[in-house]
Formats: sequence, structure tokens, C-alpha cells
Amino acid sequence: MALSAFPAPGKRFVIGVPYLWLIVFFFLPFLILLYISFVDMGNDINPFKPIWDSQTGLLKLKYENYGSIFRSGEGGALFQTLYVEAYLRSLWYALCTALLCLAIGYPFAYFIARSPASLRPGLLMMVMLPFWTSFLLRVYAWKGILADQGVLNRALMFLGLTAEPIQMLYTDVSMLVGMTYVYLPFMVLPLYANLVKMDFRLLEAAHDLGASPFKAFWLVTVPLSRAGIIAGFMLVFIPCVGEFVIPSLLGGPENVMIGRVVWDEMFTSNNWPRATALAVLMIALIVVPLAIYYHYTGDAKERAEPGKLGAKP
Amino acid sequence: MADKDAKVGYLVTERLVKRFDEALAVDEVSLTVGKGEIFALLGSSGCGKSTLLRMLAGFEKPSSGRILLGGQDVASLPPYDRPINMMFQSYALFPHLDTWENVAFGLKREGLPKNEIKQRVGEMLDLVQLGPYAKRKPHQLSGGQQQRVALARSLAKRPRLLLLDEPLGALDKKLREQTQFELVNIIEKVGVTCVMVTHDQEEAMTMANRIAVMSKGRVLQVGTPEEVYEHPASRFVADFIGNVNMFEGRLSVDEPDRCAATTGIGDIQVGHGVSGTLNMPLAIAVRPEKIEISKQRPAVDRNVFAGKVKEIAYFGSYNTYIVVASDGSRVRITEANTSRQDLSDITWEDKVFFWWDDRAGIVLRD
Repeated sequence: MALSAFPAPGKRFVIGVPYLWLIVFFFLPFLILLYISFVDMGNDINPFKPIWDSQTGLLKLKYENYGSIFRSGEGGALFQTLYVEAYLRSLWYALCTALLCLAIGYPFAYFIARSPASLRPGLLMMVMLPFWTSFLLRVYAWKGILADQGVLNRALMFLGLTAEPIQMLYTDVSMLVGMTYVYLPFMVLPLYANLVKMDFRLLEAAHDLGASPFKAFWLVTVPLSRAGIIAGFMLVFIPCVGEFVIPSLLGGPENVMIGRVVWDEMFTSNNWPRATALAVLMIALIVVPLAIYYHYTGDAKERAEPGKLGAKP
Repeated sequence: MADKDAKVGYLVTERLVKRFDEALAVDEVSLTVGKGEIFALLGSSGCGKSTLLRMLAGFEKPSSGRILLGGQDVASLPPYDRPINMMFQSYALFPHLDTWENVAFGLKREGLPKNEIKQRVGEMLDLVQLGPYAKRKPHQLSGGQQQRVALARSLAKRPRLLLLDEPLGALDKKLREQTQFELVNIIEKVGVTCVMVTHDQEEAMTMANRIAVMSKGRVLQVGTPEEVYEHPASRFVADFIGNVNMFEGRLSVDEPDRCAATTGIGDIQVGHGVSGTLNMPLAIAVRPEKIEISKQRPAVDRNVFAGKVKEIAYFGSYNTYIVVASDGSRVRITEANTSRQDLSDITWEDKVFFWWDDRAGIVLRD
């Protein structure tokens, strides 16, 4: 680009500050995590040992921290551990949450984008309104709704739809409800930003050419909002994989997700090396979908700059 | 009104009305378009021409009235069930589909077999000479090519009526002229009946067989380009199509084959009769190119007036003079530059005579 050939004096500084911030508060802590994940477990005072042997002074990497995640004991079967289960469960719940958010958020975003321009700021404000109250408070409120003696069960019993309270709290249902509820705005906002830019005359063109409203939606609106769908999906999926608070408050004992496992290793077993190894692996698990995300947004950028794709005839 | 070209009404609108809240966008429009005709709706923005077109396409529901296509009332059909296709203003090509898929979109919705779709799309791309560009996305095409994709897409389903919304509006001037003729050639080759909307009178005059001039939701006049230009029915139409000098006055002579009016610049003789009463108010319209100008008094005795040249504009192929007449009214006169040397000796502030044949004046009462 022409700009970077002559950088303004302040430009490096402006770019440098956030990079410095990320290096100090993200990259260096990550290196520390990585370091701890390769050393031996310590005692109550020093939770991990130094990486070199105090007698021989040699470097001593403990790969077993990672190995034990995939294999229990020496001869144990591969991938049949509590940890792998927790990983898979986390990915599964994150996927379910992202799909639920997409199913609820898409029509939401679509109708905000299609409402009169004067109404849109108000409607968007209402999407963001929940952020104004404490996150914990909102998750706790679901306890009151879903508990055996909660609002929902009482209403159902009052209406005679059920004689006994239905167990909703501490199940995967309550957990998914909570996660979907909390993460919905992260799906709606990128979808809205995408859909509001769409030229709705394209739908008229599709109708004109014989597409029913549903067909036009499926063949025109959905493909054109692909970038928004992917962005929203990733914004929900990635934090959900490591979600800790919602599963601990709303989930049951059989819904243990990886965030909870890391917590237990860290504070119950006091096994810092394994806890950090689990965390490092989780980051790796998330980097893959992130890479996919950037691949597709890179695509979208190329589409926005048609000049790069080849000369016009 | 000359409807002789449209003896067989293929597309007929009957007292079509569209009301938005309280505002009347289209006010009792009754039109008859013949099969194979290119029909233009001409008017400035907000005159209701686009709303009328959108009603034909099915995007707006008429408040009242009927739309008959080949005898069948289509007003209640949704756009996707009408045998009508539209070429949109700025084209509305699907940006995620390439040229081939854009053209095939409508055919696929019909559920035609794959072979036939392939063949029809091929024909269409040949027709608009875009075969080599089949795999390009819209943003990789130039404006003129996009326009041809849009045309091919709207013709692919072999519609019984083709609608063009400002078909050349998105092209620059030079390309527009060339495309105008191309577009007409293709439409005539296919033989489809066509209704176009434009605010550009030149576009309407060169492309259409007949023109409907619209204002404030109403159709003021329907006729061939020549008819609306040479015989405008009202002050609005005379003023809207081309340039015109309007002389307001009162009828002073009314004979079967001639009449005259007393106006600000003097008595104007007109070579045809009018049906009216003496002394009624009217306007005489004279086109600038029908007026002659000279420093010498001409050898005619009718419709000769004197004035002073205020402005001269040189347009290359013609000159325009603004002459101020005795009563202070400004008269526009254009003279073709037929020879290279004689750029005429008229300059600013010259006293000149201007005159016109008594067949040049048009009597306007509305």
C-alpha cells in the first residue's frame, strides 16, 4: 500500500501501543502458561518446579502433562479420559449454543435490518440492554426461573400442565438456555451489521425471476450474509468452549466442561502443570476455528476489492 | 391521441390507481400497449412512472384498477407468478453469482431440465455477446457488460412483457448512445413487448415507438415521439419535451384554416384553426429551431419581430441565441452551423429580426 511507504511519525507509536499491550498482557502470560505446562508438579508453597534439574542443571521437559490428558495411566486406552470427554463436551455445547444463537438471532437481526431506519437504533439498543446489568445477576435470574420451585415450574403446575415440577435446572437444557441467552447479542450484532448493508432490491429481482419469498431468502439473502453468519458463529462459539461461569451455575454434574476441569486441576488438585497443559490445548482447539474464520473474512475482503482479482477486459 | 399502432391492446391498464397513505402516486392511468411495441413512460422524478412500472412488475399492489396482459388480469398475481420480467435500475445483479448463474437464475426457478437451461443461457449470452464472460462475477464486469447481463437475465425466461427501469441511467453519456441502439436491436430481435421508464426525453424519443408523458400521477399525452414533439397537447408537454418558446396571449382571429393571437410581442399568426371562442387565453409555442434570425429585415410580412441579442452560445453543431423582444420576453433561437466560415455576423447587443413560418406555431390551451 502507498501509505506504508511513508509512515507518519506518530504511526508506529499508534500501532505500537496496542501491540505492546498484547505482548505484555497476552503473549508473555501465554509463554508462562506454556512454560508451566512442561514442568513437574510442585508442593503447596511452590506449585511447580523449575524446568532445569537443580542437581544436573539440565533442561527437563515433562511431556507427560500432555500425555496424561489423552491416556490414563501407562497402558490406558487413548482418548478415553475425563479430559477428552470434557473437551468434546465443551465443543459440543459451544456448537449447540452457536447454532441456537444463529437460529434465534438471524430472524432477529433480519427484522431489525429491514425495519425503518428511524427505529433501528432503538431496536439495537434493546439488544444491548442486558449488558447494562451484571452478567452474574442475569445468570442467577435463570436459576429463579428454572428451579423446581421456580417461576416456570410454578406456572406450569398452576396451569395444570404438570403435576410434579420438571427438572430443568442443572441439566444441559438449563445450561444451553443460559449460554444462548448470554451470547445472543454477539450473534445478532455482526449479523445485523451484515444484513443492513444488503441491497433489498436483489430480493425483488429474485421475486421477479420467479423465486418465492422463501426461495429468494435461501438463494440470495443467506449466501450474501455468509460473512455475518461466520463472524457471529465464531464470536459465540469461541468463548463458549471455555465458558466457566454459566456451566457452574446452571449445569449439572454430568455437564462438566473444560473450563471447570481446569479450575478443578488448578485449585482442587493443585496440579498447575496439568491445568496449564489443559488450557494450552484449549487455546489450540480454538485457534483452528479462528483460522477458518480469518480465512473466510479474508475472502470477503477480496470480494470487496475486485481490482485484485484480475484486470477488467 | 393516436392509438393506431396499438389496435390490439396487448397490455392494458384500466383506471389504475395507487395511493400511498393520502398521496396519489398514480391517478387513474389507462394505457394500451400493442404487442411488440416499445412503450416509454416519460416524466420527471416523482411523476408516478416508477410506481406504475412497479405495479406492472407486481411489487406494488394497485389501490384500484386492472392490469390486463393478453386478456388476463394479472393485478392480483405476485411478482414471481407473472410472465413479466424487469431489468432493474442499476441492474440488481446477484453479486454472489457469476454471469452464467445470474442468467440461469430465473430458468432454474421454472424447474426446466438442465440441458434446456444450458442451451437457453447459451443463447442469451450469445444474444448479448457475453459468452466469454460467463464465469465472471458482476463486479468483474464493466458497466456496459453488467447492463447486458441484466438484459439477458430479464429476457431468459422469454417474458410476455419486458420492463426496463431507467435502462441507461447508470451508463455514462458516450456509452449511452451506443447502448441505446444495441438495446433496441436486441429487443426487436426477440420481439418482446416492452415498457420502459425514463426521465430522459432523448432516451425515450430514440428508443420508444410511443411515449406517455406523465406528471403528478397522470398521463398527459400518449403518442409517437414525433407527435409529442411536434403536436404537444399541453403547455406542460411542450415545455417538458425539448425546448420551446411560449407566448401567452388571447385569441384574436378564429377562421377555419387559420387563427391569430395577440401576445406580448405582437400578433402571431398560426396556420390552422382552433375550436374556441374569441378572446380566450391561450399560448403559442414555437420551437427554437423553427425560428430564423437575421440582422436584415426578411421579405416576409407575418410573424416577424424585432429584438436585441442578449446571449450567444456556441454548441458546435448549432448556435443558440437569446433575443430580448420588444416586451422584454426572452426568445430562444437555434441556428444550425451548416457552413464552416459563416459563423454569422450576429454578435451581442445587435438589433435583429426573427421570424417563423405560420405553420411552426402550436396553439396550446391547457
